[in-house]
Amino acid sequence: MKLSEDTVAAISTAMAPSGIGIVRLSGDEAVTIADKIYRSPKENKRLSQQPSHTIHYGWIQDEGINIDEVLVMLMRGPHSYTGEDTVEINCHGGILSVQKVLETAIKHGARPAEPGEFTKRAFLSGRIDLSQAEAVMDVISAKNEYALKSSLGQLKGSILEKIKEIRAAVIYEIAYIESALDDPEHINIDGYGEKLEVVMDEQITKINRLLATVDEGKMMQEGIKTVIVGKPNVGKSSLLNLLVGEEKAIVTDIAGTTRDVLEETINLQGISLRMLDTAGIREASDKVEQIGVDRAREHAKDADLILYVVDSSVPMDDNDKEIIQLISGRKAMVLLNKSDLESVVTLEQIKEMVDAPILSISAKESHGIEELEDRIKTLFFAGELSFNDEVYITNARHKKGLEDAKKSLEQVLQSIEMDMPEDFFSIDLMSAYESLGEIIGESVGEDLVNEIFSKFCTGK
Amino acid sequence: MPQITEEYDVVVIGAGHAGCEAALACARLGLETIVFTISVDSIALMACNPNIGGSSKGHLVREIDALGGEMGKNIDKTFIQSKMLNKSKGPAVHSLRAQADKSEYSRSMRMVLENTDNLTIKQAEVKELIVEEGVLKGVKTTSGATYYCKAAVLCTGVFLNARCVYGDVSEYTGPNGLKAANYLTDSLVANGVEMYRFKTGTPARVDKRSIDFSKMEEQFGDERVVPFSFSTNPEDVQIDQASCWLTYTNEHTHEIIRENLDRSPLYSGMIEGTGPRYCPSVEDKVVKFKDKNRHQVFLEPEGLNTNEMYVGGMSSSLPEDVQHAMYHSVVGMENVKIVRNAYAIEYDCINPMQLQATLEFKKIKGLFSGGQFNGSSGYEEAAAQGLVAGINASREIMGKDFLTLDRSESYIGVLIDDLVTKETHEPYRMMTSRAEYRLLLRQDNADLRLRKYGYQMGLISEEQYQNLLEKERQIKEEINRVENTFVGATKTVQDLLARMDSTPLNSGSSLAELIRRPELNYHVLKEIDGERPALPEDVQEQVNINIKYDGYIRRQMKQVEQFKKMEVKKIPENIDYDSIGSLRIEAKQKLNEIRPMNIGQASRISGVSPADISVLLVYLEQFRK
Repeated sequence: MKLSEDTVAAISTAMAPSGIGIVRLSGDEAVTIADKIYRSPKENKRLSQQPSHTIHYGWIQDEGINIDEVLVMLMRGPHSYTGEDTVEINCHGGILSVQKVLETAIKHGARPAEPGEFTKRAFLSGRIDLSQAEAVMDVISAKNEYALKSSLGQLKGSILEKIKEIRAAVIYEIAYIESALDDPEHINIDGYGEKLEVVMDEQITKINRLLATVDEGKMMQEGIKTVIVGKPNVGKSSLLNLLVGEEKAIVTDIAGTTRDVLEETINLQGISLRMLDTAGIREASDKVEQIGVDRAREHAKDADLILYVVDSSVPMDDNDKEIIQLISGRKAMVLLNKSDLESVVTLEQIKEMVDAPILSISAKESHGIEELEDRIKTLFFAGELSFNDEVYITNARHKKGLEDAKKSLEQVLQSIEMDMPEDFFSIDLMSAYESLGEIIGESVGEDLVNEIFSKFCTGK
Repeated sequence: MPQITEEYDVVVIGAGHAGCEAALACARLGLETIVFTISVDSIALMACNPNIGGSSKGHLVREIDALGGEMGKNIDKTFIQSKMLNKSKGPAVHSLRAQADKSEYSRSMRMVLENTDNLTIKQAEVKELIVEEGVLKGVKTTSGATYYCKAAVLCTGVFLNARCVYGDVSEYTGPNGLKAANYLTDSLVANGVEMYRFKTGTPARVDKRSIDFSKMEEQFGDERVVPFSFSTNPEDVQIDQASCWLTYTNEHTHEIIRENLDRSPLYSGMIEGTGPRYCPSVEDKVVKFKDKNRHQVFLEPEGLNTNEMYVGGMSSSLPEDVQHAMYHSVVGMENVKIVRNAYAIEYDCINPMQLQATLEFKKIKGLFSGGQFNGSSGYEEAAAQGLVAGINASREIMGKDFLTLDRSESYIGVLIDDLVTKETHEPYRMMTSRAEYRLLLRQDNADLRLRKYGYQMGLISEEQYQNLLEKERQIKEEINRVENTFVGATKTVQDLLARMDSTPLNSGSSLAELIRRPELNYHVLKEIDGERPALPEDVQEQVNINIKYDGYIRRQMKQVEQFKKMEVKKIPENIDYDSIGSLRIEAKQKLNEIRPMNIGQASRISGVSPADISVLLVYLEQFRK
């Protein structure tokens, strides 16, 4: 359980399409950690020697490699939001670099903040009025609930299974060692290190694979929620199939074929997109279709990106107007489909009606798809596309959990190497078990005792 | 009709391992104490295994001794074989275990009780508690006598509504046919105490003359015996030791058991109590571990003046004829004569979450409890709780601060915290893996960890305490010296390293660095350490361990620092969890039930999430200001 009064880090700006993001560090070590990753232009400035409430230009570096060009704000406690020493790093390189900066801070000793932790710290250090206690408690419980949902909900089933698998292997080893220590006359573990070494190697390999997955952003189910909308039969399903690369949606000439929402995750060079193909929006002809249309509208409302598909061979009508209404003020792209056919809707015409980039494509002939992908990527890397921010910090927490577990298992290997007695192995094995448990929201509890009694025959 | 009415400071109910420690602590602290037992002949009775200590239990005995308890001293006087378990492992899991002469152990403890001032022994059954408005006022015995008191300690062991069972034989007695206590449960329930029913078991005792030891492996004690008590002179425990014997069950034994499982009272449902998984009956082992074709059986002497031997590893509640066949199937036991049958015993105990960490009932002021009554198992666990309950009963009467040990300083702390915080569904047994900081909680440093508390409580003498301070000083000084003494790559040094299979030095090194090499230690470096002072063995041991495992020890000490931060955040007794809207419902229920003393304890309750703890911290902050 994370109750310690250490230094925490999180992205403290909403991941809005602003391009600027702030990574905030708070706690006793905030300045020390910042010093480890900050380089001034002349490379000699130490943040720890700078006065409070000053701003410093420079770079965030990790092992000599520049991550981002930043402005660092230094605020010593108690004159900061949390009342603790606080460093805010203003990043300019878009979402990816904000995330990278956060990771670098974590790598150098910060802990990913728990949901609501900054608010909690601010309150505990007296920076928030006592009369706000109720509100602070509500914030903490609401944020935690949300985070728990997103953290577990976002963790892909297959990943959850893999973590459980590693944990099971780890607890088995602990239980074996512990039952032998508990009952040395029944179970002998002399020379057990050699066997354990093999198991450790296997588990570390598994963790490495998971870590690669985190880096590719594949650990989370939640990608950028991209909703394809449009009138019936404009080619939405064809577009989805094209992007996915296989026939997922049934495509016919009959308008209204897609009656419910179809979801597929695609990966554009590391950017995860949750593509939702929806029923065509029109006055529905029956109840089932109506439900589909309603769902399409619902999804469009909380989409991170809307792809509005228009059939350029069919004139615009009232349904289009409704859709345009739906996407106004949202991050959207208009795709003028069926560029292979004779068009009755022109680019200029749409430009007048919609304030969004327009792209001419042909889903049928795979024309313009690459450009679409490029556009999405550009948007993302420019930080104009974002999704549920909780994902970033969750991702950072998961990564930290995996890395901690890996470190612990490597420590076991080192202890074996050094010929330490077996009881030392279980100290680090247990740390690994705990770190992995934090990723999937499980504490240790009575797990070990249960494992010992169920797997090993001990006792008098 | 005139009845006897007497007044004492403390009433202790039960004179088993918990009761003895509780009674001795109270009497030694100057309080008029009376201890009730169903049979004076059974004071400190070892009703099951004939040994004291073992993995983690040995730690408990050392801690009891450090605090000023009696168990360690008593086993040092009455052991017949002793072993340091796990000697080839790390120092955290070294554990002393001694075979006891059971009747000597009991007799010797009885003599200590009999000769302690302020202590009265009374053979009687307590049937009722006198509680007025949530405060304990006294007890009544079945004879009708009333004993008023300022505090009472319940140490009833397995005697409440005890029932011994094997096959279809069921007797309403405690162990060894001793009378059960059949009234007290009703009085407890009437006072709102929630009861559990637990079960445990014991193997047969057999006649030594009927065993063929030539077919078994002899198990010896250690050549050099280490005493349990820090006050025992090591030379006094170098005795001629008795042997134990190892043999095994076999497929035939297992077949006999499997064929008769339907006649076991456990499988037929005749026994309802929850048994411990760590102490399975032999029938449980056979059922649960099908792929094991044999299980170890240890024959342990019950004492020097008896032929009875304890058949360790084969506890059972199968019918007499099955037991007969089963024991006879074991190699070396073909002609064995069973003196006492194996049996299972069921008894009433409490849900220990009704207790505070002081071992006082949350709802009945002045009522304390310890031992199996609290849902634990084992002599050592019992004694540890009895001691703490006795000390705290005394502290309450004297109006002084309670003794609560935390998880970072003792196994006793782990034991009590687990009991009062975590739900137990089986008799609780200590294990080294239950201690998060076990590298710090070693059996070798129990005195360094706890003697100061024993001294503060008044159970450790000034002289003993001064000795401890001197020991601390010597350890500190020597560690400092060894860290700062450097040796060069001289021939003497290289020769020693070569002899120890250790890499030769390229340049100078501190002695401490050499000690940290796996193949070296403090002791072997003596010949290259010209300025080494003459130090007692136990000081040398501390120096070696502290230097050798310095990295790990430091890591755990850092964790303890974090742990302590949460332990010092006290939760007010009158906190109203229901009024904290942001707590989850499950957390509210659990917190209301357990009413933790501090944030640390709250965080260990299953069902209380980190978010709930954050909410609680914010809530408490409001309270504080």
